[in-house]
Amino acid sequence: MNKTNLMALGLLSLSATLTSSAVFAGGNDDPLLTKVMLDQFEKGVDPQDPTQFSAQAWLGYDLNKLWLKTEGEYSNSDKQDLEIQALYSKPIAPYWDVQFGIKTDIKPTPTRNWAVIGVQGLAPYFFDIDAALFIGDQGRTAMRLSAEYELLITQKLILTPEVEVNLFGKDDAELGIGSGLSDVSAGLRLRYEIVREFAPYIGVDWRQKLGNTAEYSRNEGEDTQETQFVIGFRAWF
Amino acid sequence: MKSQYMIKPIIQTPDSEPNNSRRRFVFGASAMLALMSIPFPKNAFANALSQSLSQLSGKVFDLSIDYKMVNFTGKSARATVVNQLLPAPLLRWKEGETVTLRVKNNLDHDSSIHWHGIILPTEMDGVPGFSFDGIKPGETFEYQFTVQQSGTYWYHSHSGYQEQTGLFGAIVIDPATPDPVIYDRDYVIMLSDWSDEAPENIYAKLKKQADYYNYRERTVMDFFSDVDKNGLANTWNARSMWNNARMSDRDISDVTGSTYTYLMNGNPPQQGWQGLFEQGEKVRLRFINSSAMTIFDVRIPGLKMTVVASDGQNIQPVSVDEFRIGVAETYDVVIEPEVDNAYCIFAQSIDRTGFTVGNLTSDPSLHAPIPPMDPRPVLGHSDMGMDMSDMDMSGMDHSKMDMGGGDMSGMDHSKMAMGGGDMPSMDHSKMAMGGGDMSGMDHSKMAMGGGDMSGMDHSKMAMGGGDMSGMEHSKMAMDAAKATVSGLGLAGFGSNNEIKHIDTEFGPQVDMRADAPKSGLHDPGIGLRDHQQQFNRKVLTYGDIKGLHPTYDTRQPSREIQLHLTGNMNRYMWSVNGVKFMDAAPLEFEYGERLRITLVNDTMMTHPMHLHGMWSELETGDPDFIPRKHTVLVQPGSKISYLVTADAKGQWAYHCHLLFHMPGMFRKVVVK
Repeated sequence: MNKTNLMALGLLSLSATLTSSAVFAGGNDDPLLTKVMLDQFEKGVDPQDPTQFSAQAWLGYDLNKLWLKTEGEYSNSDKQDLEIQALYSKPIAPYWDVQFGIKTDIKPTPTRNWAVIGVQGLAPYFFDIDAALFIGDQGRTAMRLSAEYELLITQKLILTPEVEVNLFGKDDAELGIGSGLSDVSAGLRLRYEIVREFAPYIGVDWRQKLGNTAEYSRNEGEDTQETQFVIGFRAWF
Repeated sequence: MKSQYMIKPIIQTPDSEPNNSRRRFVFGASAMLALMSIPFPKNAFANALSQSLSQLSGKVFDLSIDYKMVNFTGKSARATVVNQLLPAPLLRWKEGETVTLRVKNNLDHDSSIHWHGIILPTEMDGVPGFSFDGIKPGETFEYQFTVQQSGTYWYHSHSGYQEQTGLFGAIVIDPATPDPVIYDRDYVIMLSDWSDEAPENIYAKLKKQADYYNYRERTVMDFFSDVDKNGLANTWNARSMWNNARMSDRDISDVTGSTYTYLMNGNPPQQGWQGLFEQGEKVRLRFINSSAMTIFDVRIPGLKMTVVASDGQNIQPVSVDEFRIGVAETYDVVIEPEVDNAYCIFAQSIDRTGFTVGNLTSDPSLHAPIPPMDPRPVLGHSDMGMDMSDMDMSGMDHSKMDMGGGDMSGMDHSKMAMGGGDMPSMDHSKMAMGGGDMSGMDHSKMAMGGGDMSGMDHSKMAMGGGDMSGMEHSKMAMDAAKATVSGLGLAGFGSNNEIKHIDTEFGPQVDMRADAPKSGLHDPGIGLRDHQQQFNRKVLTYGDIKGLHPTYDTRQPSREIQLHLTGNMNRYMWSVNGVKFMDAAPLEFEYGERLRITLVNDTMMTHPMHLHGMWSELETGDPDFIPRKHTVLVQPGSKISYLVTADAKGQWAYHCHLLFHMPGMFRKVVVK
């Protein structure tokens, strides 16, 4: 299914490029553009804290886009996270896109692969919403909901609260994931946009494991809750 | 040099004279009088034009388009120029003559020149893709046409975004018959916006982050100060509307002074432009807004301006303190400055993020102080096209408010501080019955046609003042039978058709639809509405504009086309009726027909709409003196109507003149 869609998008892009190359008085209204956003690239202030990043990129036109989303966490311990999503995005309403594609959790191992269907957009009161359903092999299912808000203290000093919750359909003992609500995280970042495209920030991140997932952690002797202060930067082009 | 008998700068004729032939005679007679009593003024002021705009005159012009490095900001950047000049040379033509313009393209891209507002054959209009292939690199295109009009116009590239990089210049056409406007000296004042950023990059940034250039967004501090002033509940209610719509009431201009440097005749504000005058002179200023994206508000503190022409066409003079000039519009004003004084020609951008200035003086050592910019405008609910006429919260039909998809369900309508009963199908705002001037009103002109009269609630009519007694309703043109034949409002008064949003307006490409758009005719526009009250400045509105020449085509419109200006601000997409140019079928006019176009602005931006090849005859309320324009500002959430006589066969462009709206908000018009 995904392959077909990607091919369809490719053809669509190609035809759009061909038609738009004709010289028109007003220029091409819908050029092929790319946007790469490093939303978070940060290090905990405690030396043992991991380095984390979250990035997104799109390639496409006003209405149809290919998205890549990736996030990861790296530390010297064996606790590492890396996931990548490749999605096709199409609008369903003025402020909403539906996105579908694939997600690979490269780390931790063993690798898990998922099909993705989600919605991303701007809800009333300017909440940035990303909600996705993941369907994996062996009957695995998962869901992620995240919301972010931008609070302008000044035009360049911006406070961003965000929350994210993850749910899983069934236990994945190998990875220490339990069914049900597995974790909740909340962050608060204060950035200063030196230019629109680059903003250093400071922030605090709080994560709480819940239910069976928390149980797994406790059995491993790990904390179920962590809070870290971070410094980092946000950039896009 | 000065005329012996003229007190007013204009040859005036009685205003309330409905008889066209009489008016024509008076007009002609006074023109002859002017011819006999003063020398034809052209030679007298030919040398008096600003030194900063270099002028070419005659019948044959050689223009060469090149790249050139310029420096307006302290950094050097590449501009596109004509004959090494920015602005391009001022072309001075004479009505009735045939001009030849040989345009050589030395760029490594296609180029073109469009003669803005000039009536000419379609193949000379200079729009690539429409019976003209553009001018290829290294090639020369020869434009040739007979000049059939006089006044202030301009020219610019119609290829890509070359216009923003400097490819624009002024055109002044001297009339074949003596100019009804009497003046001793004239200056062209060309307003423009310059950015060191390549226009393609600006466009891409807007697509990636629509508010990229807006550093005036609402902050937490604003919220607290509003709470302080109005209380939490009121502030929350006032905000909820915008928050639900996911729109910003601070969204005035897409591209702002954060990247633009505003120029007057090619001079940045720190340098300014300077014009000189001598004692007792009447000075005619020919304002041209050749910006890519910037609407300007113009005033000259200490001087009244008599507006004598709009878009090159003479109008009945209007004395104002301030006027808004949309992108691509032109206004001619006559001023009478006092000797030994200096005046600041002040043009501030609509969003107040910058300005450009000129110094007008009799003594070059004098410099007028530059006034502060006016308060920045904030959009109101009416700019979303909601009926705010009576603040009765009782029975608003919210089903008519349709903004951005189906996400309105969570909205608490009871909190909305706006009202209006259910909006009657008839829009009374069209009836320009403000103030107490009811007595002199000629009701026979009232465009109350159509079969909707039965449902009309007269008690709601906004006929200000209690003096209704003298109103003779029998005279009102409520000739239902007659009006039903055409179903259209009478020529000169605009549309009385229902506002309809067609299916193509619904979808991800459209974030708002105005369901009770008010008439934009008497609206000075966002940021200017309170200037009369606050500063005692008379601001020009379209409602003030009446043609000096009687209406050229007195036919009634045979049909009406309603076009909706649409967009999605967040995705930065622009369209007409929700369909962008690339996907749209051409609009077809029948050769010779007289039709009405009603533009409905379903966005919160002010759009200057420009029809090529034919006049846009703005219906400002007087059927006998309908002014002709080439570019018409459509106020946010508003509507406006004009008549068009389709007297020019061929393919014509019709578009929003904001450079980054144009690619989508564009139609081809075919006259056959």
